[in-house]
Amino acid sequence: MDYLPLASIVCAAFAVAFGAIGPALAEGRAVAAAMDAIARQPEAANTISRTLFVGLAMIETTAIYCLVIALLLLFANPLLG
Amino acid sequence: MNSPLDAVALFQIGPVPITQAILTTWGIMAVLLLGAFALTRRLTLTPGRRQAALELIVTTMDTQIRETTGAEPAPYRGFIGTLFLFILVANWSSLIPGLDPPTAQLETDAALAVLVFLSVIWFGVQGGGVAGYLRSFASPNVVMIPLNMLESVTRVFSMFVRLFGNVMSGVFVIGIVASLAGLLVPIPLMALDLLTGLVQAYIFAVLAMVFISATVEDGTPKSQKET
Repeated sequence: MDYLPLASIVCAAFAVAFGAIGPALAEGRAVAAAMDAIARQPEAANTISRTLFVGLAMIETTAIYCLVIALLLLFANPLLG
Repeated sequence: MNSPLDAVALFQIGPVPITQAILTTWGIMAVLLLGAFALTRRLTLTPGRRQAALELIVTTMDTQIRETTGAEPAPYRGFIGTLFLFILVANWSSLIPGLDPPTAQLETDAALAVLVFLSVIWFGVQGGGVAGYLRSFASPNVVMIPLNMLESVTRVFSMFVRLFGNVMSGVFVIGIVASLAGLLVPIPLMALDLLTGLVQAYIFAVLAMVFISATVEDGTPKSQKET
């Protein structure tokens, strides 16, 4: 029996599942810190939210990498030929 | 479901397969080019409504460049601004029914990343000469040379995987939801996609700007920096 497709599917699911944990926690912390900063200094809200969005997109990228790996495993798996 | 990683050729011109992304890319290029050409024909000293809007766009870009890197925007405005506008229009082109954004294809993003890679070299050589560009690899000290060389490739790579992943995942999720739930359900996701598209275009342009200005700064000799 050929285990490679099975392993690929399981690994793709695991990649997305565990890859999403870190960025989720990190984004939560980032948003919380930004909220705190805006509450302290409402006049700086523009700069803070701009930096926040850029930072969030950066953090999100790690999750996106996992997604790309998962899609590679599912659709363009080099091992399956 | 179709793989998001490979493109379907619509037709062939000679040996070159033409995909939908290529057509969209050329369409966006034509729209941007003709738009820029038509809008800048009659520039006056006291701006009308159209020119005021244009100037608003340009000054916003200038402010962003100055705020993020502290560099004078004039030499970079053309490249960074075009990069931003192209990616923005490309990301938002999914609003037109039947079109997939060309940035959801790996090839388009790779081409943009190669542009950034080359422009870092170009601006680095222009800013500090060939010696200055080479010196920028030895910053902050000589031990970092192999790491800096590796970084100059990997940062560009991560840039294009980031853009590709974000845009492609948006398209992919909308495709899945539309196939599961019908016509109107993906609309909130599409609205989220607009935001993602804007933020990604902004990040791509800002990162390109940061890479360029870092190279230029590292390349300038210390004696010139103080003046």
